Amino acid sequence: MKQTLERPSRPAAQTAQHLKVNSPKSEAGNKRNWRPVHPRIHGGKGYSGGGIPRFRNPRKWAIIWGGLGVIWIATVWLTGRLLPAESTLTSLMDRNLAPAWAHPFGTDWLGRDMFLRTLKGLATSIQVGLLAACGGGLIALLLGLAAASGKAVDRVISWIIDLFLSVPHLVSLVMLAFVFGGGLPGVTLAIALTHWPNLARIVRAEMIQLRSAEYIHISRRLGHSRIRIAVQHMLPHLIPQLFVGVLLIFPHAILHEAAITFLGLGLSPQQPAIGIILSESMRYLSAGMWWLAFFPGLALLLVVRAFDVLGGSLKTLTGTGSSREVV
Amino acid sequence: MPLEARKTGYRYGKDAWVFQDISIKVQQGEVVGLWGPSGCGKTSLGRILAGYVEPLAGQVLLDGKPLPKVGVCPVQLVFQHPEKAVNPRWRMRRVLKEAMIEDQELLDDLGIQMNWLDRRPGELSGGELQRFCVARALGTATRYVIADEMTTMLDAITQAQIWHTVMNIARQRNLGLLIISHDRELLDRLCDRIVQMPTS
Amino acid sequence: MALLEVEEVSVSFRRARGWFGHEETQVIQDLNLSVSEGEIVAVVGASGSGKSVLAQAIMGILPANATIEGRISYAGEPLTMDRKLHLRGDKMVYIPQSVSYLDPLLKVGRQVQPVSQKTGRKHGSTLRSTMQKAEQELTGRYGLPQGTSGKYPFELSGGMARRVLMATATSGAPKLIIADEPTPGIHPEVLAETMKHFRQLANKGVGILWITHDITTALTAADRITVFYAGSNVETAQVCDFTGKGERLRHPYTKALWNALPQNEFQPLSGAQPAAGRQQIEGCSFAPRCIGATMACTNERPELRKVRGGEVRCVHAT
Repeated sequence: MKQTLERPSRPAAQTAQHLKVNSPKSEAGNKRNWRPVHPRIHGGKGYSGGGIPRFRNPRKWAIIWGGLGVIWIATVWLTGRLLPAESTLTSLMDRNLAPAWAHPFGTDWLGRDMFLRTLKGLATSIQVGLLAACGGGLIALLLGLAAASGKAVDRVISWIIDLFLSVPHLVSLVMLAFVFGGGLPGVTLAIALTHWPNLARIVRAEMIQLRSAEYIHISRRLGHSRIRIAVQHMLPHLIPQLFVGVLLIFPHAILHEAAITFLGLGLSPQQPAIGIILSESMRYLSAGMWWLAFFPGLALLLVVRAFDVLGGSLKTLTGTGSSREVV
Repeated sequence: MPLEARKTGYRYGKDAWVFQDISIKVQQGEVVGLWGPSGCGKTSLGRILAGYVEPLAGQVLLDGKPLPKVGVCPVQLVFQHPEKAVNPRWRMRRVLKEAMIEDQELLDDLGIQMNWLDRRPGELSGGELQRFCVARALGTATRYVIADEMTTMLDAITQAQIWHTVMNIARQRNLGLLIISHDRELLDRLCDRIVQMPTS
Repeated sequence: MALLEVEEVSVSFRRARGWFGHEETQVIQDLNLSVSEGEIVAVVGASGSGKSVLAQAIMGILPANATIEGRISYAGEPLTMDRKLHLRGDKMVYIPQSVSYLDPLLKVGRQVQPVSQKTGRKHGSTLRSTMQKAEQELTGRYGLPQGTSGKYPFELSGGMARRVLMATATSGAPKLIIADEPTPGIHPEVLAETMKHFRQLANKGVGILWITHDITTALTAADRITVFYAGSNVETAQVCDFTGKGERLRHPYTKALWNALPQNEFQPLSGAQPAAGRQQIEGCSFAPRCIGATMACTNERPELRKVRGGEVRCVHAT
């Protein structure tokens, strides 16, 4: 069986928080045979061999990346808002200039500075996205709650959700934008009405699961009213999911807005939005003016990605359990 | 002033009846054991007696009247799995506050340590959580406690600790206890009389 | 020859602490265990003592943030991850604690199937025969009602689901079974049958590691009992030592556990088990609750030593 070992006593200055598992125990020639380490056990990325892997606290990185995302988006939006309208005035003297120090993104065929135009366009896109996402989120919340409240209502709403989900996104988007007459209201409404189904499903599923939880029943037996239970137990579970869901509609909203405007159904050409900028620049690509499409496109990509990262960070920060584990 | 189930029956949907025509009576100050194999409906009967579900046949009466549907129910149920019986996002302090438990002596008797109050359910073990669930069920308005396999998932020492305290409190406050368990020895030790659940 | 040998194994988990820090909590400390062929070893301990983590460590299904030290060997050779992948489900099976381990979308009959390297996955044509075999196994061996194999996991009661879990592990030809709390909620008659079945398996040479908190059940079929406390084994005893008032037991915790049973004194010991890593205790982890604790107990952690045919981690045991 087991032979008695000469185990060295643990160093006295150990606290619960900083228990060093791999502290060297080298006394009395006592060999600890290391198990052949499989990367999966230590969960390290590209980790091999002994020693403590590089530690990554997910919440810390979530805050950092999330914070950067917020700063980036806010900066873009603010500068876009605060730019005076004159900054994108035409100036026929400076037509078709390639990117240079005076005009970082170049100028277009009317001499308008592309950099400022892109910023303004992004600001508009972000606003449209915000409106559409909130609208979609509101619809999703109401319908999701309604679906969870009764069997008959649930059937009707589930049917509607399936209906909306079965039509291809872009098709219904174009159709709705057309129906609502195009322009800013048309685009916003169209996006709001096509992006609520997934979120509504999530809300509905969460509510149904919560309703059957034992602690909800216990709360009722302890004398609390239904409303109190809804506010204290259910809402805190729901709100983080809802918030993250709405935030993740943003990228879709912005891209779809760009797509619709690109197709000519969205905002008017006078209002610089990324979609307009991109659609107009298509004509000039063959003439070699690549900067007209490249920079706005890249800027759009970065903003959308920032929303994505923000949504992911919020997921990590508001999650329980698995978000505390470390890879 | 007994807690009584008269000719109750229960089933899920249109399936076969889990149990039928069961009558059981618990007086205040009495300790009754309910014994039976798994799947025979002991848990369902416990839930019916505590007012969590309505029986599909028969009725449940407290002092001759049906159980109150609103307000604090004088019949409290302690579940087998404490992890499912508390909100995982809440701290334990809030869980106790929901039941308006402020009796420090009760917490001490149950062996609840002060530093546990600031923890979340995920950070506590089954035994620690179950102590909280028991404390929550022993509010001032409670007159009957139904323990549904309360200590089945716990080790012998924790089980003995919790039961000693619960029996003491039941005697002090003249509570009626219905202990549901498959452990015959436990029931022999604790109960005044044992009722066997008929197998279908 | 020992089938499974666990030597000086420690398992710790890394968790995020607050917003920016992290902490390491040690759940199992210097564990020693061995299971021989044809032997049923019961690991008895309170919840939170690290028993399930041990099972997961042996099977290799610990979460990503766990680190293991020490040695685990199977049939004399070290148990590497590759070997685990090879042996799992075939020679080395696991009966999990929670019934949620069953696939909720598959009928029960299809889950009670041996997953063997040789026979491979079931083909469509043999489905009916395997279902029939599964039905036989469930109704015959485990006393489940007819038609259980055609049900889904959510349709089963707790006790029935547990029996199905056991059937999933024993339907093949395993050499080592690790059973994690397989018995709570099961009727005594079926329990006796199940223990008999395990005994039969053991007599055929299967080694069984039985993890439970229910010492009474463990005593009905086990050969040796290992007692866990606060992440380490404090005693290993023979089943015959558990009689009377526990005079032949070695560690004070084991004696307290024995005496707390309803069929014995039903006398509890005050205090609670220290939670993993939360309270770092110098010396013996049981000392705060032990009536026989002396200065020597709080200085250093006791070593595991052999006493009267068993092992104990106590300075004062005789």
